[in-house]
Amino acid sequence: MEALTGWLGSWLGAEGWAAVALSLRVSLWATLASLPPGLLAAYALARWRFPGRTLLNGLVHLPLILPPVVTGYLLLLTFGTQAPLGSALEQLGIVFAFRWTGAALAAGIMGFPLMVRAIRLSIEAVDPKLEQAASTLGAGRAWVFATVTLPMILPGVIAGAILAFAKAMGEFGATITFVSNIPGETQTLPSAIYAFLQVPGGEGAALRLVAVSVVVAMTALLLSEWVGRKVAARVGGA
Amino acid sequence: MSLEVRIRHDFPGFRLDVEFEVPQGITVLFGRSGSGKTSVINAVAGLFRPDEARIRAGERVLCDTARGLWLPPHRRRLGYVFQEARLFPHLTVRQNLAYGRWFAPRGARGADRAQVVEMLGIGPLLDRRPGALSGGEKARVAIGRALLAAPELILADEPLASLDEARKAEILPYFERLRDESPVPILYVSHSAAEVARLATSVVGLEDGRVTGQGPVAEVLGDPASHPLGVRAAGAVIAARVVRHDADGLSELEAGGVPLVVPRVAAPPGAELRLRIAAQDVIVATARPEGLSAMNLLPGRIEALHPGEGPGMMVQIATPAGRVLARITRRSAERLGLAVGMECHAVLKTVAVAREDVGGAGGESL
Repeated sequence: MEALTGWLGSWLGAEGWAAVALSLRVSLWATLASLPPGLLAAYALARWRFPGRTLLNGLVHLPLILPPVVTGYLLLLTFGTQAPLGSALEQLGIVFAFRWTGAALAAGIMGFPLMVRAIRLSIEAVDPKLEQAASTLGAGRAWVFATVTLPMILPGVIAGAILAFAKAMGEFGATITFVSNIPGETQTLPSAIYAFLQVPGGEGAALRLVAVSVVVAMTALLLSEWVGRKVAARVGGA
Repeated sequence: MSLEVRIRHDFPGFRLDVEFEVPQGITVLFGRSGSGKTSVINAVAGLFRPDEARIRAGERVLCDTARGLWLPPHRRRLGYVFQEARLFPHLTVRQNLAYGRWFAPRGARGADRAQVVEMLGIGPLLDRRPGALSGGEKARVAIGRALLAAPELILADEPLASLDEARKAEILPYFERLRDESPVPILYVSHSAAEVARLATSVVGLEDGRVTGQGPVAEVLGDPASHPLGVRAAGAVIAARVVRHDADGLSELEAGGVPLVVPRVAAPPGAELRLRIAAQDVIVATARPEGLSAMNLLPGRIEALHPGEGPGMMVQIATPAGRVLARITRRSAERLGLAVGMECHAVLKTVAVAREDVGGAGGESL
């Protein structure tokens, strides 16, 4: 075991492992933090009719259609320490620019449209008549959501979360524009690959990181399929 | 506990304007599809918000738009049995049954779970999920789920419409027991005359968003003017009592002192039954007929004559057994010189026993 970790350590190098660990942390936080607003946005778009619905739909999808560099630059303009919002948050001790939290913010925003789309589709597939039935049995709105809607959309929520996680693992353009490429702080896996490719003789290290990327991505995909099948069987109810 | 309902709502091209007050028991909202039945029951449930409404169940006012009062569905203490059952697919039968009780106020007097499970015969299904149930099983679980929510008002929107005859015959007795044993008022939507005859304590006839008639089942169904399904489905309902069962496979009944003979019914002597007598199965005779194969004769007096749009007409006859309708041609009425107040005999070709459904949904000729 020790031999294996030792070999792995020297195989990828401290900088490589730091990038992998950071990417996992950034992606996990990006996904978890996106879930509540993602659920809310998906529910609003699927079920509510309100003025500004089209605008919200456009906003949610913006990161999907804008060049990532543009999204990253807009984040810098909004959350940079010189920007009004950024400096206000700094007073509260919350800093995004050039920190790993900023990488998580960028990754979360880039994955948000994918997450919302998946959850929204699953909400639209829930028969509102079942929610009505729950309300006639005494469940208020929040309880209807918690006991009927949420369990039924769980496969969609999981699929959305995995998509967002995968997107976060691969996010590059917005991240490097917003928080740069600081080893140990904001150098995620894609940024590290990019950095290795910029120095002569770095191809080997880059290739090893690519291999790690493939393994992580495949694992996430297989895991999501497995969990999705389990949950779908439970909800489908045979 | 009585139920008072007043609803006004303008749909595009359709006005719903309904007002009725009914006593305890099963009230059947009766009318063809599109008459507004489901809108009425959904307004009572709080799932549909009419322009103007006042709905009171017993002492509780569920909504009164004049006072700006509107209880959301989850505060109305309902047990709603939907046509499509609407069981929660992600929960087991046991969890579906427990769902409503979970939200009922502490100390609410609901039905006993073991008793409901026993009555509906759903014990073996408790650990299954709705996806693995047949239509009849789903319907029974849906009834159980509504009962166990400790409701103060039970609503049922054509709960049998999607079932075949055999399943209907299986479910109907549960609603009868509910009517006879539960203190909770029940509002039941149906377009089936057989269900009305068998279940209803009161009937509210609906047509094009208006009430055509309301009152005890015999009065509404016996009055062609208030019968919402028109002449073809018209028929009267009379109450009868089993006297004895004869060896030749017949049962003798008694309705208002008049003896009736029907094929063997599955009820003990002394049991009360409802008989549905379709208007087209009744012959009118001005004198007591002799030499007739039909055995059931009701003496009476003509109460009203309702000419229809075609060649037919409806004769409304008051008999000691209750009001009976006969559908005859206008020509016969003229030939016999029928007039209001005239003595006559109603000859029953067919008597359908509504309570136990002898011989299927129809009846047998005697």
